[in-house]
Amino acid sequence: MQLESNIPSGPLEDKWEKHRFDMKLVNPANKRKYTVIVVGSGLAGASASASLGELGYDVRCFCFQDSPRRAHSIAAQGGINATKNYPNDGDSVFRLFYDTIKGGDFRSREANVYRLSQVSANIIDQCVAQGVPFAREYGGHLANRSFGGAQVSRTFYARGQTGQQLLLGAYGALSRQIHAGKVKMYTRTEMLDLVLVDGHARGIVVRDLVTGKISSHAADAVVLATGGYCNVFYLSTNAMGCNVSAAFRAYKRGAGFANPCYVQIHPTCIPVSGGYQSKLTLMSESLRNDGRVWVPLKKGDTRRPSEIPESERDYYLERRYPAFGNLVPRDVASRNAKYVCDEGRGVGHEVNGERRAVYLDFRDAINRVGEKAIRDRYGNLFHMYQKITGDNPYQVPMRIYPAPHYTMGGLWVDYNLMSNVPGLHVIGEANFSDHGANRLGASALMQGLADGYFVLPYTIGNYFATKHKGKVTTDHPAFKEVEESVNGKLKKLMDIGGDRTVDSFHRALGQIMLDKCGVSRTAEGLKTALEEVAALREEFWENLKLPGGLSGMNVSLEKAGRVADFLEHAELMCHDALDRSESCGCHFREESQTEEGEAKRDDENFSFVSTWEYQGAGEEPVLHKEPLEFENVKLTTRSYK
Amino acid sequence: MNLTLNVWRQKGPDDPGRMVTYSANNISPDMSFLEMLDVVNEQLEEKGEEPIAFDHDCREGICGMCSMMINGVPHGPDRGITTCQVHMRRFNDGDTLWIEPWRATAFPVIKDLVVQRGAFDRIIQAGGYISVKTGGAPDGNAIPITKTQADKSMDAAACIGCGACVAACPNASAMLFVAAKASQFAHLPQGQPERYRRAKRMVDQMDEEGFGNCTNHYECEAACPKEISVENITLLNRDYIRANLTGVE
Repeated sequence: MQLESNIPSGPLEDKWEKHRFDMKLVNPANKRKYTVIVVGSGLAGASASASLGELGYDVRCFCFQDSPRRAHSIAAQGGINATKNYPNDGDSVFRLFYDTIKGGDFRSREANVYRLSQVSANIIDQCVAQGVPFAREYGGHLANRSFGGAQVSRTFYARGQTGQQLLLGAYGALSRQIHAGKVKMYTRTEMLDLVLVDGHARGIVVRDLVTGKISSHAADAVVLATGGYCNVFYLSTNAMGCNVSAAFRAYKRGAGFANPCYVQIHPTCIPVSGGYQSKLTLMSESLRNDGRVWVPLKKGDTRRPSEIPESERDYYLERRYPAFGNLVPRDVASRNAKYVCDEGRGVGHEVNGERRAVYLDFRDAINRVGEKAIRDRYGNLFHMYQKITGDNPYQVPMRIYPAPHYTMGGLWVDYNLMSNVPGLHVIGEANFSDHGANRLGASALMQGLADGYFVLPYTIGNYFATKHKGKVTTDHPAFKEVEESVNGKLKKLMDIGGDRTVDSFHRALGQIMLDKCGVSRTAEGLKTALEEVAALREEFWENLKLPGGLSGMNVSLEKAGRVADFLEHAELMCHDALDRSESCGCHFREESQTEEGEAKRDDENFSFVSTWEYQGAGEEPVLHKEPLEFENVKLTTRSYK
Repeated sequence: MNLTLNVWRQKGPDDPGRMVTYSANNISPDMSFLEMLDVVNEQLEEKGEEPIAFDHDCREGICGMCSMMINGVPHGPDRGITTCQVHMRRFNDGDTLWIEPWRATAFPVIKDLVVQRGAFDRIIQAGGYISVKTGGAPDGNAIPITKTQADKSMDAAACIGCGACVAACPNASAMLFVAAKASQFAHLPQGQPERYRRAKRMVDQMDEEGFGNCTNHYECEAACPKEISVENITLLNRDYIRANLTGVE
């Protein structure tokens, strides 16, 4: 596997400008002769499809939802970062770049992150022009807020629905191109495999989720914008349909998978209330501004929170991190919640013999500023919490627990967002490129739109003009072959005829991964997880029970295909987590911590991107390292003491 | 809790469909409505029967995917939320529930509770956007927009495109959906150049899709999980009339 990052030479601030000029262009009259397949219609996929359609390319966009407007980008609440510096508080391209690199714990590429920071301001302009109703000040100008611990106010927002509004903007642009005949949209259609011809990505094989029909689609390039893989944990904040299948099947066809172990676990989610739980709901992190996190001092203390006196409460974040207290970064907050619950001091519902929740208490804040002030700040969040749990957080402390939220890892891409498979481009959360080992709040929306509106439309032209090889149609034998393999796999799933439902396997997988490859990891635990996942996978292929058939809509079959991929991908994550014996960002290895219990990076030995190459079923994947070089920032260690 | 469910089962678009009765036993009041269906479905799967197909995705009330009538009301008994946000503590032990798909000519049933809502996409494709290309947009602060206008635009933009308005309407009209999109842009300066053209194109497409006309029942507003106001329909009607009188394309 060749990993050539293709980072342009020259000073950091000139690289993108220089590269844009150096790239070859496709003649406007010739663009319509190139077909681009885009899989996924979230912020990255929709913005790329629309922009490529506007340029004149012939675009085919695929999504598994019933409409491109429903992709999971829609659920993002907080906001989108941009270096506008409207508040005049000292923001700059370099500052956002630096914050992102540092936030990612120095495990991302300087050049990519700098470009992201450079184009961030254009995104806001583009979205305003599309009619995205961002929050405004009374003077009529755009409002900003500080988000996720940033020291400048660079976050733009549209109530608590920034993701939805940005996605609807991109969906509008996409709809316009569909109307113009430049984009053909395939809804309720799932990509099941990638087709390579002479080593280049030249098409996909899909299943129509309504009819069950398998079909091939040929193109001149394939773009994956298929999001992240948090649902490997079964319970996460991701939508139910989010999956790793498209990316994982590309991996099995030769694309490198980078940093699969980097998973962001969000500290403030509503905890599990029973074994039937299907997903976890995120509560805005802003709650930690006023809420105090605590658990009882004693193990197994089941008294009501109001009956536990002050002296028998442990405000563990304030105790361990006096300077930052309840506002420590996401990973620190998440890890500490796990530890106190591991000690048996968790609160709330007992699920499978454990109580996994901590209190987030607003009592003192309400006494200090009054209930009205708290209602003004968090009214909608309190309302949502009460709807879901039935508890009134003005009177009883909220219960929270960490939940998997975002995956920084993804398919490896170069500076042009192309994977090591020529023609296969990967954008948005599906690639690994910009967030290193940890993502900052309000940066996911920024990256998705940066890739789709302002990066890929340039770089894909360069691929066509320089490396692309001739026309291919679905008559090529490679398509037949892949279709046969897809059909074979589906039939194999249907024919197992066992006793155990697909959800039951998925839940079991999630339990293993949360426990051993979640917020805190050890070599021993990961080795056990590898064995357990392998055993579960074996049972899956022997004992899966699937109702229905191959034709028509079969929801269980869709799930089974995704869970089958998660069962392999989980193993890849464990291999990666095991290999990276340092702690960095969201990846915490208990063996690598300071005396105070903080994450200890090992820049000497681990300043690289781990990229894994598939070796065939049952074989261990091979690791390739892309070294990370830092010429513009100094590597520092964070401290929140 | 123990409940009796009467659920619409329909194998495919050509199957006439029928109500089938299931019992849902040992349901926790903390479950969401969809989790209750998950439990019923897993029991069906264990028996080798096909689970009840229903649309759902984010399960936090924003994707607009979930879509079912619970006891004749879109998204169930509570106002201002989607089906996925309904919790079982809202019901009583021993209740009988009737669960059906959206019913509208323009939303044909695919299977069980799943309907095809592509008609909404085609209405947007007909003109539910501001025609702007990627790149070259002026600075976001170049045109000041009053907070009031921005807020009104946002109120309308909150629509999640679930189709509850159509399902609630005795005429299966899509006016609230169309009006929400048209008003989002009608309240903004960026939306003015195409304002009347947009209104006309979207309404014409709505008619072509087979949605009914609005006769002011306001059931749509009552059913809307985002509580979008029927005031938007007034604005759309005005713009549509003006478009026809002035003969915009």
